[in-house]
Amino acid sequence: MATPLVVSEVAKSFTMHLRDGIRLPVVANVTFSVKAGECVVLGGPSGVGKSSILKMLYGNYGVDEGQILMEHDGKLVNLATAEPRTVLEVRRATLGYVSQFLRVVPRVSALDIVAEPLQGRGVAIEDARARAAELLSKLNLPTALWSLPPATFSGGEQQRVNIARGFITDHKILLLDEPTASLDAKNRAVVVEMIAEKKAKGTALIGIFHDEEVRDVVADRILDVSAFSPRNAAA
Amino acid sequence: MSAVPLLKVNDVSKFYGSRIGCRNVSFDLFPGEVLAIVGESGSGKTTLLSCLSTRLMPTSGIVEYHMRDGQYRDLARMGEAERRFLMRTDWGFVHQNPADGLRMTVSAGANVGERLMAVGDRHYGNIRAAASDWLERVEIGIDRIDDQPRAFSGGMRQRLQIARNLVTSPRLVFMDEPTGGLDVSVQARLLDLVRGLVHDLGLAAIIVTHDLAVARLLSHRMMVMKDGAVIEQGLTDRVLDDPREPYTQLLVSSILQV
Repeated sequence: MATPLVVSEVAKSFTMHLRDGIRLPVVANVTFSVKAGECVVLGGPSGVGKSSILKMLYGNYGVDEGQILMEHDGKLVNLATAEPRTVLEVRRATLGYVSQFLRVVPRVSALDIVAEPLQGRGVAIEDARARAAELLSKLNLPTALWSLPPATFSGGEQQRVNIARGFITDHKILLLDEPTASLDAKNRAVVVEMIAEKKAKGTALIGIFHDEEVRDVVADRILDVSAFSPRNAAA
Repeated sequence: MSAVPLLKVNDVSKFYGSRIGCRNVSFDLFPGEVLAIVGESGSGKTTLLSCLSTRLMPTSGIVEYHMRDGQYRDLARMGEAERRFLMRTDWGFVHQNPADGLRMTVSAGANVGERLMAVGDRHYGNIRAAASDWLERVEIGIDRIDDQPRAFSGGMRQRLQIARNLVTSPRLVFMDEPTGGLDVSVQARLLDLVRGLVHDLGLAAIIVTHDLAVARLLSHRMMVMKDGAVIEQGLTDRVLDDPREPYTQLLVSSILQV
């Protein structure tokens, strides 16, 4: 089976220059891979570095050491050292991300926020909007909200916009940062179903789920991130 | 993804006597790429922008531009006439103060049409049609086409300046604090407009701003300047989410949350 993502000996620390240059090690020797159609859930207590790993995979955290190899456009790309425009190209075509919070853009409607990634892949605006509408109704977002910018939406509504945006493309790798955290049971079930569909289509998924019920249903494998704690590595 | 850069900047420095404007700046800008240059007042952002856009001659270093004929040309060695033609056709320059980029005493329509005439368009009907089309795209009512920008609000003037710059379909636009001096609701509208236009037209842009939120919204890539030098650069959300340099950390931690 194809393995679209391989992470090898990745280490990350923060140096807080405004706090007398204190160095905070986050993770070390992170090594794992994800197969097509597999959902790997990052586990472990809060603060152990789960979100940091996802952010490194997406490229918005820098990587101190190691490699993050993704299969993109028939080639292997090392995201840890890639040029900004390569990272953006990988995000456009290969790597999707559902963040915990929606970053709202003033004046852009919920429907267009969801449609945007498809448009970025060259799909005509009408078709992209039609697909966005499908996803938003599946996630039970009231039709009246579709044409509004999500700035004033509730947390759960914003999160559903975010999920629709992340799931609209057929990216080979999808990162999920607590996509079900502020959803009710009914919508949680919808997301669980959507994740199952992605797996069936061969998407490699890496996620953080604090909700045990959801985690047990979607996870093929749970990766204990505390094993990558730098304190363990030092011992 | 285009493989050749539109602009190649190699080791550009500018000194004002013994004072440093900017020093040893090198980067490539690719078609469709939006680069934000951030830093506090006096860090050399505007000096660098001026050196790149030929408004100032660098003291040392080379800036090369990929011309439409496929050749790279050293901007410093270009003749004055050729450089002016480039600035009027293939480039745009959006000033912080719209009065610097507009002619305040001719009509809005003429401000947009003038750039078309500069590239040889002579048909009045076509020029007026293009002008009204662009006014509409920047959300200025067609009934204002014969008014002078003097009668416009700050936000409208800035949108008009953008229309004037984009009417000739440039490939590269320089912007110096395009949202400076506008109140936030007007800023949001302008940002949304610029974001849409850059995306739809596939423009490359270099935007000087001290507002990190503007950089986050508009740019793909970011350079942080301090004391004339580029101290950190990279993917915009990497620089903002995981700043490495002490000064960048200070900048990011100084953003007010609302």
